[in-house]
Amino acid sequence: MTRFDEERIARLLRLLQPPPHGWTEAAQELPLARAAIDSIVARAEADAAFRARLVADLETAVRDAGVEATPSVLASLRLRLGGD
Amino acid sequence: MATSTDAQLVARCRAGDADAWNELVERFSRYVYAICSQAFRLGPHDAEDVFQDVFARVYANLDTLRDDDAVRPWIGQLTRRLCIDKLRAGRRESPADAADLEPADADETLGSIDEAMTVRAGLDAVGEPCREILDRFFARDESYRAIAGALDIPSGTVASRISRCLAKLRAELEGRS
Repeated sequence: MTRFDEERIARLLRLLQPPPHGWTEAAQELPLARAAIDSIVARAEADAAFRARLVADLETAVRDAGVEATPSVLASLRLRLGGD
Repeated sequence: MATSTDAQLVARCRAGDADAWNELVERFSRYVYAICSQAFRLGPHDAEDVFQDVFARVYANLDTLRDDDAVRPWIGQLTRRLCIDKLRAGRRESPADAADLEPADADETLGSIDEAMTVRAGLDAVGEPCREILDRFFARDESYRAIAGALDIPSGTVASRISRCLAKLRAELEGRS
């Protein structure tokens, strides 16, 4: 049997479906959000109360800081603040 | 324009090329999504958390990648680890071994997803119009009618074009192996 017969090619193509709308675009915006993320991290390092608010409710604290709380921004901040 | 290799793409990202990050996310977004949703069967909410976490970590740690050619296995391993973490966090009982958390066929599915990436690379090499018609039919699950409308071609020719494009892709893949 040929390794890549047409039935197999079709089955493999079906495996790689596009992610739901908006996921890829959100990840692509990371470089644009970098300045905002850096400013939140710097503020959290200088202001214990702000850091506590971030830890308690990241999404709300980010919004209150005037930054759009997109999934990619929140993931980056969890990574930076968690030190993981 | 020729498609960059993975290593070239990583080098461009490191050099601050504004378009390179978009291209890297585009190249690996289906890969990461497939690992989350098909190999580990995460629900949409958990899959999105892992998806964004993977790219946040890739963006933050791209400078630490030792072998630029190995970006795909690196992303694959990272995604797998974060999927296991997500499954572990969702358990109420005591922490379990990774092997207990992974679906029984995860390794087999991951192997197929890696092979599928090879097929996608072949599809990129075949180029348009085959790339779009095969992607619409197989990966996006669009009907003949929807494809005919989108590509402005007669509905009756869609099946034969898919068949011809599959043969072309097969020849491309056989030429690589």
